[in-house]
Amino acid sequence: MPVVDVSFSALPAHVRTARLVALAVARRAGVDDDLLDEVRLAVGEACSRAVGVNGDRAPQAAVRMTLSDEQAKFTVEVVDVGPLEAGVGEPDLELLNPEQLSAPADAGDVMPDLPPGFGLAVISGLVEEFNVSSESDGTHVRMSWPVTGGVTGSEPS
Amino acid sequence: MDLSLSTRTEGDRTVVTVGGEIDVYTAPKLREQLIDLVSSGNYHLVVDMENVDFLDSTGLGVLVGGLKRVRAHEGSLRLVCTQERILKIFRITGLTKVFPIHASVDEALAATD
Repeated sequence: MPVVDVSFSALPAHVRTARLVALAVARRAGVDDDLLDEVRLAVGEACSRAVGVNGDRAPQAAVRMTLSDEQAKFTVEVVDVGPLEAGVGEPDLELLNPEQLSAPADAGDVMPDLPPGFGLAVISGLVEEFNVSSESDGTHVRMSWPVTGGVTGSEPS
Repeated sequence: MDLSLSTRTEGDRTVVTVGGEIDVYTAPKLREQLIDLVSSGNYHLVVDMENVDFLDSTGLGVLVGGLKRVRAHEGSLRLVCTQERILKIFRITGLTKVFPIHASVDEALAATD
């Protein structure tokens, strides 16, 4: 069960690094090429959200990402230090109203362009195996993809 | 890869050419650019995303914000994108309904509706 554990400071600049690491490990684990863009996007969403949560609550606290590969599944878990925002525990893209989201507004930057929980909703629309839970150490976002081939556990000779 | 941005004027429209990755780190740069254009009176924008190789919900939020702002001035924000991996996020979020998405800059410039 190869596991890669990454901890990074809650800074937006590091999200790209987290995506690249996740992509490399997914590829190595044998996740189908067609799914790699999905992995990249979902991991990016989860890490962006975690960076935002830690940044607001405890900027010194690192975001933790664990990548594991077992039982023919590649699993990514991203942990932040915050409680789950109300209403995003079961993100549902169906609840988003694109017309309402893009209603004319000349507002300053105080208003966020998208509602909180949007990133999680995107993950829910992308990833079949997706779960968010609030635990004592923070919110855990867990996502899995099937592993079909790959070089798991064996080094090329 | 960082984000690259350039703008040019075509008649009454402004074409913003974006390249690289639009994510939580780089999106503020694009947001700033769109806000600058709108506040200096450019209300008809074409955002060319053909050289974008990653777009997440933060980037999407910036585009939605741009659309809201131009709409407040009866303007338009059209996207140019043919890449399936970028189009996918517009599709799953339903935002294909609010953004006119074109296959080329020429097509976007010719569009009136």
